[in-house]
Amino acid sequence: MVDKIRVENLNCFYSGKQVLKNLNLTVKKNEILSIIGPSNSGKTSFLRTLNRMNDMNVSFSRKGDIFLDDDNIFEMNPEKLRTRIGMLFAMPIPLPMSIYDNIAYAPKVLGLKNRKNMDEVVEQSLRDASLWDEVKDRLDSSAIKMSGGQQQRLCIARILAIEPEVILFDEPCSGLDPISTAKVEEAMLKLKEKYTIVLVTNNVKQASRVGTRTAFFLMGELIEIDKTQNMFLTPKNKLTEDYITGRFG
Amino acid sequence: MNSKITDYIIEKIIFLCGIIAIVFVVLIFGFLLKEGFAFFKEYGIFNFIFGKYWYPSSNPASYGVFSLIIGSLLVTLGAAIIAVPFGIMTALFIAELAPKGIRDILKSIVELMAAIPSVVLGFVGMVTLVPLVRSILDIPTGLTAFSGSIVLGFMAMPTIVSISEDAIRSVPWQYKEGAYALGATKWQTIRRVVLKAAMPGIIAAVMLGIGRVIGETMAVLMVTGNAAAIPSSIFDPVRTLTATIAAEMGETVRGGLHYRALFGIGLVLFTITFIINFIADLFLNKKR
Repeated sequence: MVDKIRVENLNCFYSGKQVLKNLNLTVKKNEILSIIGPSNSGKTSFLRTLNRMNDMNVSFSRKGDIFLDDDNIFEMNPEKLRTRIGMLFAMPIPLPMSIYDNIAYAPKVLGLKNRKNMDEVVEQSLRDASLWDEVKDRLDSSAIKMSGGQQQRLCIARILAIEPEVILFDEPCSGLDPISTAKVEEAMLKLKEKYTIVLVTNNVKQASRVGTRTAFFLMGELIEIDKTQNMFLTPKNKLTEDYITGRFG
Repeated sequence: MNSKITDYIIEKIIFLCGIIAIVFVVLIFGFLLKEGFAFFKEYGIFNFIFGKYWYPSSNPASYGVFSLIIGSLLVTLGAAIIAVPFGIMTALFIAELAPKGIRDILKSIVELMAAIPSVVLGFVGMVTLVPLVRSILDIPTGLTAFSGSIVLGFMAMPTIVSISEDAIRSVPWQYKEGAYALGATKWQTIRRVVLKAAMPGIIAAVMLGIGRVIGETMAVLMVTGNAAAIPSSIFDPVRTLTATIAAEMGETVRGGLHYRALFGIGLVLFTITFIINFIADLFLNKKR
């Protein structure tokens, strides 16, 4: 498979304190790379570096490079980069407007689509996020009234509407019940046919369910990265084994 | 046992203070109503509101406040046009754009602005702004509604800035982050997400700022020229409702028609500020 993202010797710091140490890894096209690790292991910092959300934090600095299809992301326009690498947060925050407008909002604001195609964009995004069947009859109702799981899938659909190439999931199910979680995971598995996904999760089981490959981070270092099956059946590193079997973390 | 008695006494004292505040407000309002309505009965509310001439000392006296209402509204509108865009943009700058050091300095300066007594602002306006307006615009006098608007704009600004800034800052950071993650630029995020979410608070800020302006007395008394005539433009002298009460109350005969007419003006002012505060409250509650 083709490399979508290539990380080379990445070191990240907050106010001089190192949070990522000499990171080298690749994300392949159309895979779900799950990143697991205890808190403070640098998972989220890594994710936020990938679409340069960390740029807005003045205490942040980094060394090393990240390439998206051979383009160095640190030489790109950050807004342009973020339309290619979308990000989903732990807390679903629908905008206080209708379901339809939530999805049409970003394409409109960014001037990406003409208005005639908007209905199609909304429908396709909702279908891809496995939400269409549940909301197709009430697109005009407020998004705030949806359940947590639906809100999270709405946020996924909102990102899909700007047609990114990569989607970053930052603990997308941490606030959801098991059934909603299953639906979000189902959506993710469907999405990997079209998109490349990086998933940060505190839920080791989730990584084993959806990850094509899994990476284990500890104290800012990449300990192990492998096919999910291999990692969970025969971890090479003792630390990985301890973590996934629940002996610490 | 002892602490129970203390509790009881303190509770009663607090209760008394609360009740006294309410009683005073009701008494003031009642007094205003009594004197105002006595005047309306004698002079006619329609003649009072829509009468064009305010000649309290001619014979027969004429008590039409239409020109005063126009004067107040004109000055207030002018002040709003100046203070609202400036105030909101300052609030945006402080909350979203300014580096930390500058933000703290700006915030304290804005708060200091609110502490300047209105007489001082009026005085400074009279000796600096008024001659400037006269010479730049080449008009017979600088004591105009325009000068009043500028001075009052300055007075409304601290209120608008600090309350809007609170509203902008209380927009959840997840909203902003969500917008950035979709590829929005800083300006798109501010305009489409931050301002939109903060709008109820900003409208309340504007209403409170305007409420302060319309009730303001000393500064307008000093810079607007106090001509009780309907102005033809913003560059004419005007007289406001508040300035009329302040300037004339001392000369009236207690209980006389002129005295009561001033209470009528008070009632008009009270109605206007009540409506404005009511709107502000509506928006502040919507925010929560």
